[in-house]
Amino acid sequence: MASALRRLGSAAARRGLSTACEDTKKSLFQLPQAGGKSSNLCSAINQALHIALESDPRSYLFGEDVSFGGVFRCTTGLADRYGKSRVFNTPLCEQGIVGFGIGLAAMGNRAIAEIQFADYIFPAFDQIVNEASKFRYRSGNQFNCGGLTIRAPYGAVGHGGHYHSQSPEAFFCHVPGIKVVIPRSPRQAKGLLLSCIRDPNPVVFFEPKWLYRQAIEEVPEEDYMLPLSEAEVIREGSDITVVGWGAQLSIMEQACAGAEKEGISCELIDLKTLIPWDKETVEASVRKTGRLLISHEAPVTGGFGAEISASIVERCFLRLEAPVARICGLDTPFPLVFEPFYMPTKNKILDAIKATVNY
Amino acid sequence: MALSRLSSSSRRLDLLTSPLAAALARRPISTDTTPITVETSVPFSAHKCEGPSRSVETTPQELISFFRDMALMRRMEIAADSLYKAKLIRGFCHLYDGQEAVAVGMEAAITKKDCIITAYRDHCIFLERGGTLLEVFAELMGRRAGCSKGKGGSMHFYKKDSGFYGGHGIVGAQVPLGCGLAFAQKYSKDENVTFTLYGDGAANQGQLFEALNISCLLELPAILVCENNHYGMGTAEWRAAKSPAYYKRGDYAPGLKVDGMDAFAVKQACKFAKEHALKNGPIILEMDTYRYHGHSMSDPGSTYRTRDEISGVRQERDPIERIRKLILGLDLATEKELKDMEKEVRKEVDEAIAQAKESPNPDPSELFTNVYAKGYGVEAFGADRKEVRAALP
Repeated sequence: MASALRRLGSAAARRGLSTACEDTKKSLFQLPQAGGKSSNLCSAINQALHIALESDPRSYLFGEDVSFGGVFRCTTGLADRYGKSRVFNTPLCEQGIVGFGIGLAAMGNRAIAEIQFADYIFPAFDQIVNEASKFRYRSGNQFNCGGLTIRAPYGAVGHGGHYHSQSPEAFFCHVPGIKVVIPRSPRQAKGLLLSCIRDPNPVVFFEPKWLYRQAIEEVPEEDYMLPLSEAEVIREGSDITVVGWGAQLSIMEQACAGAEKEGISCELIDLKTLIPWDKETVEASVRKTGRLLISHEAPVTGGFGAEISASIVERCFLRLEAPVARICGLDTPFPLVFEPFYMPTKNKILDAIKATVNY
Repeated sequence: MALSRLSSSSRRLDLLTSPLAAALARRPISTDTTPITVETSVPFSAHKCEGPSRSVETTPQELISFFRDMALMRRMEIAADSLYKAKLIRGFCHLYDGQEAVAVGMEAAITKKDCIITAYRDHCIFLERGGTLLEVFAELMGRRAGCSKGKGGSMHFYKKDSGFYGGHGIVGAQVPLGCGLAFAQKYSKDENVTFTLYGDGAANQGQLFEALNISCLLELPAILVCENNHYGMGTAEWRAAKSPAYYKRGDYAPGLKVDGMDAFAVKQACKFAKEHALKNGPIILEMDTYRYHGHSMSDPGSTYRTRDEISGVRQERDPIERIRKLILGLDLATEKELKDMEKEVRKEVDEAIAQAKESPNPDPSELFTNVYAKGYGVEAFGADRKEVRAALP
């Protein structure tokens, strides 16, 4: 009887704000050792969303066409399982979707808003930059919209053209107050998405759409979270540090393998969280290798690579053996037939690795 | 008496050697401009205005040209479907079959000096504005002979000389743009209007209401046309809009609901709207139409609606069949002649595709042209480590 009451009491005490992070104990921030089920990226994201909605009854998911599963089927089964009041379609209004989500989050709920393609996020840009990111700051911490997570598929897909291939992460990295997270694989995506949803800050989560079906990995079936703002060294090396995120990492991995054949040992780092980004890990790596190369699909001018480059030069100027190289998309609108020329391909990266090492 | 019997009986008489019958039979229907009056299928529903009458003035020539144009569009869209499945067209392809009456009826009511701007379902509107089949297929396949030089693709067809301002990917973004065109037209005082087309999904975009408000304040000759095909991709209109009476959503702006599968209703409404806009400012037209294909080629179109619904609309409201019945009923052509026309159209489309396939891809240097007015110096490596440079002229 007493133990039941105690359990009740502790449950009541834990009722708090839905955005509170009592469940983010350190032990949860680890990839479970055991294997898991073979899943692709959209299935991993689907699992994460199921867990998020299951574990917090005050979490809601909405966006265009999410009810039947969404254009990429990332939200299948959610409306059937959690009901139409928690998983629902919105009309075609991105600004409305995000604004609505901010309001929901401000009342202590977890709002998971889906923007159908990252290319369509711009009507919501004002809401994200002017409302979501500044809410806690301007209200003196009285209010916040930490429960807001915006998910959007981003990046090239081979034939997406101007409006289904953009990588707008750089625009959002310029806004203090929000976090930008980009996973590279199904296992990472599930853990990172759960962390983003439970993080007490508004997060923009870009999912690499090219990998939705292409990337397949063993994904643990349980609830697990991966830490934000921690970069990961996914390949150790000693000659050059190569930094990237999302789908581009698989291209970079191929380039690193190619470089290894030519005797160049590359250290590949997945940034994972773009703001606030893990400067320490990248700095430590550059101190080891003395060279840095950054690659992303977004156009090179003003891309996030520029920020990484500037920060590392500030910190490691005397250690650097060569200028920081950026292999990125070209400074044009994302083209239609010219996509192979525009993209930062394996050969371009390999070329730059060799040029940097032989500087 | 005998004469009337001859003219009203089946055209099989021209197979007989009777010279009278032959003379009567060889009436050149494709240039016949004797006026005919046609009734629209349903009356117009009006909001804050007096709708036009149901009787539409037309001619046999127009009837035949409507039929031919719509058959051409239908054939073109189906051919695009096959090309997409054969991976010759890549990217996104949004087909217009079922909605042809809107394009054809609108064009019949206006001139090439009036502007049209629409979203991404633009192949047929481009064709009606004077585009050629070659330009359409080449652009779809991303070739040099395309109307946007192969750089736009399916969603970005433009034709400057006939006032077709495209071709837009972001839903709803073309509406303030269209109102801006109307603004310019008001300044130039040359009695032209702009038709801004958008869908039932886009009707919920905030920028639409902003643009409408400004246009009404300034009394611009802007006509907002909602092509209501009842589905915003996969979301039915009753789920997306609290008020699916899109012609009333302008509130202070008058509106008209039109049967978008009846080319004559569309023509009448557009004519009425043009006169209205030039005198009183913006008006909203809601075209009640339907698309047979899914939202795009990546959408089967059957997960959110039943096949019975699609075939039901095809049987009862198909725009081409309506015109066919009208033509046959008014005895302007035989079934065989119409079928021959369709065969001709098919041949035209096949020839255009063959020609388009010959057109080469745009030159790689085109990647850098037209980013700015004069281009700018960019250094980049192309695929396979070949340097691709562009420089300021």
